[in-house]
Amino acid sequence: MTILLAFLAALLFACGTWLLMQRRLSRIIIGVGLLGHGANLLLVTAGGPGGLAPLIGADDNFGRYSDPLPQALALTAIVITFGVTAFLLALGFRSWQITRDDAVEDDVEDRFVALLNQEQSAAQEAAESSSDAPDESQSWEGS
Amino acid sequence: MTSLVPLTFALPLFAAAISIIGGKWRSFQRVVSVVTLTAVTGVSIALLVGADRDGYVVHRSGGWPAPLGVSLVVDRLAGMMLVVSAIVLLAVMVYAIGQGGEEQRRVSFHPVYLVLAAGVSGSFVTADLFNLFVAFEMMLAASYVLITLGGRPDQVRSGMSYVVISLVASTLFITVLALLYASTGTVNMADLGERLESIPAGTRAAFSLALLVVFGIKAGLFPLFFWLPDSYPTAPGPVTAVFAGLLTKVGVYAIFRTQTLMFGTHEWMGTVLVVVAVLTMVVGVLGAIAQDDMKRILAFHIISQIGYMIFGLGLFTLAGLAGAIFYIVHHIVVKTALFLVAGLVDRRAGSSRLSEVGGLVRDAPVIALLFAVPALSLAGLPPFSGFIAKFALIDAGIDASQWWGVAAALAVGLLTLFSMTKIWSGVFWGAPEEEPSSAPEVAGRLGGPFWMVFATGVLAAASIAISVAAGPLYELAERAAADLLSPGGYIDAILGERP
Repeated sequence: MTILLAFLAALLFACGTWLLMQRRLSRIIIGVGLLGHGANLLLVTAGGPGGLAPLIGADDNFGRYSDPLPQALALTAIVITFGVTAFLLALGFRSWQITRDDAVEDDVEDRFVALLNQEQSAAQEAAESSSDAPDESQSWEGS
Repeated sequence: MTSLVPLTFALPLFAAAISIIGGKWRSFQRVVSVVTLTAVTGVSIALLVGADRDGYVVHRSGGWPAPLGVSLVVDRLAGMMLVVSAIVLLAVMVYAIGQGGEEQRRVSFHPVYLVLAAGVSGSFVTADLFNLFVAFEMMLAASYVLITLGGRPDQVRSGMSYVVISLVASTLFITVLALLYASTGTVNMADLGERLESIPAGTRAAFSLALLVVFGIKAGLFPLFFWLPDSYPTAPGPVTAVFAGLLTKVGVYAIFRTQTLMFGTHEWMGTVLVVVAVLTMVVGVLGAIAQDDMKRILAFHIISQIGYMIFGLGLFTLAGLAGAIFYIVHHIVVKTALFLVAGLVDRRAGSSRLSEVGGLVRDAPVIALLFAVPALSLAGLPPFSGFIAKFALIDAGIDASQWWGVAAALAVGLLTLFSMTKIWSGVFWGAPEEEPSSAPEVAGRLGGPFWMVFATGVLAAASIAISVAAGPLYELAERAAADLLSPGGYIDAILGERP
């Protein structure tokens, strides 16, 4: 049973990681959800084998019972994951409202800095050979 | 004394609830926030004094004995972090009130900011790894809201990657927690410190590295920092400042706590940390040089400065740890001040891009002065706090004969000065020597709303105060470092004396 759960957690992690690598926001959100499930499953599995009774009563001879701590931890983690996933969905909706698309975009400022460098080196080349610097900056924008 | 410990995060949480109820009246929210954060500052100072006197202030929540219940502990390191973060949180709140903007427009700013404050304090005082996760999540959930508060397209774009990266880090954290619990049967940090000694060395090394990755993502260590310069600068000015000053440092604090308490000192771990630290320093500062936006230059410098702190930890010597702790205290204050100045520049000139702003030294000499003090301190010039912090670290590096680290630290210091000069010549357009002569004649023009300039000024003054009081502060850092190096005291304080 524990082996099965461990494999299930591994499967969830694998699917979640694959979905995280995608460009589509909707897939990323599902991926984050799957990753969270995998981690929570692992947390429950950490409590030991299944099938044991919960801890009830205060007398001393209750025998073997399942460890309540990982279950409490998993519950807390589930609540947190739930809240943050809801926020992420709201953020994704806002992004869709703005761009009408759910692709995750590149860092704009990174592009800007790259463009700046391109312009500078183009200007340098123009100063050196004064031939076709404008073409060069255009070809970058196309790429 | 011990009942003060939970107040550091319970007060802001309670105030956040009140702040939501009174959301209609902005001035009510302001009073609640300022009063609460002032109270937290007072409580933190009292706790630091208590921790320095007794060594450890331990609170057992609900009266449960240690490995069963959640223990809250303030030692000297936690006390110092609490005091610095409370002061910074208060100053930034005053700044935000002075600025208006998002603070004025949104009902949610005050409550969410208070939740963030609670998460930061909670991370510092907890002695339970799962509780640390919860405090982190509290802080991060608040930061998700704050970073996208305006709902602008660029905020949504960069906020998205920030949220996803943080979520992946949190998921990894839960995974590591599950595995730790499966192999040791406890999540109490002191208990873990004892029980981890009995598990195989290879497994322990894997845990140690996994936790380094988890907190490294939040702290912005070398291969894991890429999200930071993208997401921080788009948030509203005061929010960026508090993120830059505190959030990454909470990650650094967690690395310090877990590595020293749970895994002890290992030769190879020290090497890993020093290599990561050097790469973080160099890559961060090189990234900063390429940038054109003031906020992004500063954001890359956060990364490079994190390298210094981790370098101190990687040495695993008293001098190295003390230098690193001093560095964290100095860095939180200075970095926040610099981002507050960036906010002032943004407000004054309408942009923080070097190619678009210029000549501010004549228009707003006060802002120029407020930039110059923390900037020179960040670069590590002699009379300022950064010099003492860097000197302590480099001295410790020489003692441990980590020559590569020392060489990198010195070179990165020089490059930091270079990019501060770049900001100065781009934004303020003038040599630093000119500013004292021009300051008196236009003293009436602050260059921004009074409370914004006041809050920035307080933090700039605090950075000078750190260098003035460097002696006692460094001694305190040394005592904190001694505690970290002999975790037995911490473990005994939590678990109690055992036969």
